[in-house]
Amino acid sequence: MGKWTRRGFIAAGVVSGGALMVGVGIREGHRAPKLAELVTEDGETLVNVWVKLSADNTITAIVPHSEMGQGVFTSMTQMLADEMDADWDMVTYEQAPAHEGYANYPLGREFLMGDTKVPGFVQDSLNGGFLRIAQSMGLQITGGSTAIRFTGMGGMRIAGAAAREMIVKAAAKTWDVPVKELRTEKSYVYHDASGRSEPYASFAVLAGKYSPPTQPKLKSPDEFKLMGTSLQRFDIPSKTDGTAEFGIDVDLPDMKYAAVMGPPVLGAEVERVDETYAADMPGVIKILNKGSFVAVVADGYWQAENAVRQLDLTWTKTGAETLNQSDIYAMLGAAIDAADGKGSEDVAVGNARQATGTAARVYEAEYRVPFLAHAAMEPINATAWVRDGKIDFWSGLQNPLAVRDELAGAFDVKKHDVTIHNVMLGGGFGRRSEPDYPLMAVEIAKEFDHPVKMIWSREQDTQQDWYRPASVSRFKAGLDDQGMPVSWENMFVQKHDPPEASHIPYKIDNQLIQYTDAEHHMRFGPWRSVDHTQHGFFIESFIDELADQAGMDGYAYRRKLVEHNPRYLTVLDAAADAAGWGREVPEGRGLGIALVDSFGTVVAQVVEVDVTGPEPKVVHVWCAADPGYVMNPDGFTAQIESGIIYGLTAALYGNITIEQGAVVQSNFHDYPMLRMRDAPEITVKLINSGAKVGGGGEPGTPPIAPALANAVFAATGVRVRSQPIANFQEGLS
Amino acid sequence: MSETKLIVNGEERTVDVDPSTPLLWVLREQLKLNGTKFGCGIAQCGACTVHVDGVPVRSCSTPVAAADGAAVTTIEGVADEDGTRHAVQAAWIEHQVPQCGYCQSGQIMSAVALLRDNPNPTDEDIDAAMSGNICRCGAYGRIRAAIKTAAQA
Repeated sequence: MGKWTRRGFIAAGVVSGGALMVGVGIREGHRAPKLAELVTEDGETLVNVWVKLSADNTITAIVPHSEMGQGVFTSMTQMLADEMDADWDMVTYEQAPAHEGYANYPLGREFLMGDTKVPGFVQDSLNGGFLRIAQSMGLQITGGSTAIRFTGMGGMRIAGAAAREMIVKAAAKTWDVPVKELRTEKSYVYHDASGRSEPYASFAVLAGKYSPPTQPKLKSPDEFKLMGTSLQRFDIPSKTDGTAEFGIDVDLPDMKYAAVMGPPVLGAEVERVDETYAADMPGVIKILNKGSFVAVVADGYWQAENAVRQLDLTWTKTGAETLNQSDIYAMLGAAIDAADGKGSEDVAVGNARQATGTAARVYEAEYRVPFLAHAAMEPINATAWVRDGKIDFWSGLQNPLAVRDELAGAFDVKKHDVTIHNVMLGGGFGRRSEPDYPLMAVEIAKEFDHPVKMIWSREQDTQQDWYRPASVSRFKAGLDDQGMPVSWENMFVQKHDPPEASHIPYKIDNQLIQYTDAEHHMRFGPWRSVDHTQHGFFIESFIDELADQAGMDGYAYRRKLVEHNPRYLTVLDAAADAAGWGREVPEGRGLGIALVDSFGTVVAQVVEVDVTGPEPKVVHVWCAADPGYVMNPDGFTAQIESGIIYGLTAALYGNITIEQGAVVQSNFHDYPMLRMRDAPEITVKLINSGAKVGGGGEPGTPPIAPALANAVFAATGVRVRSQPIANFQEGLS
Repeated sequence: MSETKLIVNGEERTVDVDPSTPLLWVLREQLKLNGTKFGCGIAQCGACTVHVDGVPVRSCSTPVAAADGAAVTTIEGVADEDGTRHAVQAAWIEHQVPQCGYCQSGQIMSAVALLRDNPNPTDEDIDAAMSGNICRCGAYGRIRAAIKTAAQA
């Protein structure tokens, strides 16, 4: 069916004859018709842009996020379906295409409610920092643990509630009864007084003619039927039989394969390519010098990869060739020295300098963390087909809309001539929000009239990443005669996101937190929980040292410092209780605790470590987490478990180092991952405090490294002030 | 280039490729069986695990010539012929094991082989059989629980 103008849309419904199909009750000039074109098929009624009600009473949620393992299709759909009183067995989802109408920022405001007033409870997220960022960048981003707390709370729930109200209104009109005499259950409308009941679809035609309500009434938690339950994820069966389609699985007619090689020293350019051997290798079609990288296009990936490794490449000098990892750490420390206590101000409460100056005692410590690569299981890849001035692009993306704009800008193609086909992500963790590899894939594919799939080797994936930055953080605390802190002074290197990551959960009257910059050639990338990864370690290690200085255990000391905050206290207690804090542990073992508030979710973890082997082994992790309200307990638990393992892998082993400007590590043999035999038992306690809903994907990660380091201290008396922790004993010599 | 015969998921297939080509890329590109994944290329992560004559191998590091004439089972061939899921697949769903899911074909192939040879594995047996498969989403606890459930099936 052709282009759906407003008129055409209605006419098409008539032409379709028996099909139950009517337009949306929308005003002239509203953007929804464009969206309708993208998501509707014959027989479906677009009630609003987030939900389709088909003639067979099937409800389809349209989810503007990417699936990278967090179960977002399910949790988003679950929130919508509950507000709609839907029959879960008749509910499905579609991923929203990369289209401006699906950018996250207009949640509620534009497509659902037009220009009318936004309900108070979504105001925060719409008017807060997220909206500003989203408006400036046109985001459709999956990251920052935003799905449930922004899209879900501000979009999916409202969409579901609005759709339900429109259906009920249509039923009341049809049956000529008052709305208040109607109730809904499992995608049916009931009028108990007359014994009538009809499926929602019976009213879709009429409902579609109404304007959506401006302020649909949302359920209170005691009315939830689906929210708060562990519904199984939609995507899991396809991930047990090989049918789930990831970016690397995209298969197109006449497709060829590209392997690439980027500069060993990031930022260098190709100076010379000697193709002597590679050009004659089997299957090789073309060798491309793209300046910032080279590519070999071949009939098969194996042929392309073999050939790219045979290229003799010379790269330009950037000046970073003399840098080794020790130089970078020294540079970070020197930046703090150079700031001389006058860095950019992050937090200033009371008068920290004065309080430190008059304190009974002063305690200082410095911590550092290394660079980390993301190492998603699916190596970076993307497929592009450039033809007739148009770009078709396939990949698993955390930020498809930004990629569309990047490609349109870089290749001088109109935005609507760039089509993004977003498929499943074999892990994202922040890596798949960068636009480097989409640009490379199109750079290659534009040389051909057939599609080209670019696949990075694991070595490229490891060495051409956007890294969690190496960082150094220095602390100074003034202590009273009981050892309690009267001041907290902190200076660290490089501030990214989120801005509050360096803030502390503890009540200390005088605080001065500052940062300074340090320039080096390693590119920054958001890495699961971003700045919280390092600050969680820094802050929670230092507070543990202060506890020791006070002669108290880490739990009791933290407890005193969060007495002002019942939410923190509850979470801290829950983790400690679950772990049996204070019990005797066997010789060679220790317990460590940490508390971090990130992405709106408060998490405390207790680690039990065994140090009797060659490396510390984490035996058990007890975790308490309060995201305000847990939408899908099993799904949330899985995210927390995942965050713990991801963070523990980094804490124990993660160490990207630089030699002569280049990343040393290349693959899993020298950038090791936590494996089954190293995996601790994990116990997760969930807390519904009723606080504003927080995220799930990242908050499990930040507390694990400090909890481990603190447990190592408890077991050995050795304070771990750097990572990786697996070789902490080497650091002693 | 030379002809290699493989019996893939019970079906005889002939491919004409360089005999040193890893089995992984033959499965994916020649035979269009995309369930088997590329993860590292050096037999370190297990994402490419398939069975060759019943033995779990890392197909990224197995030349196709080494599988000449052999029976190759991939994730696509794990379920019964009538489509009934293997007990391991069913347990994977019951325990909601996969997150991103990319490593799970390899995990399942390792688990199927483990349970065939050892129907009641201990935790140590599971550690030994499964530690060659990396999961970056950290689903290890669920994988362990699912293997125990599948063992009871």
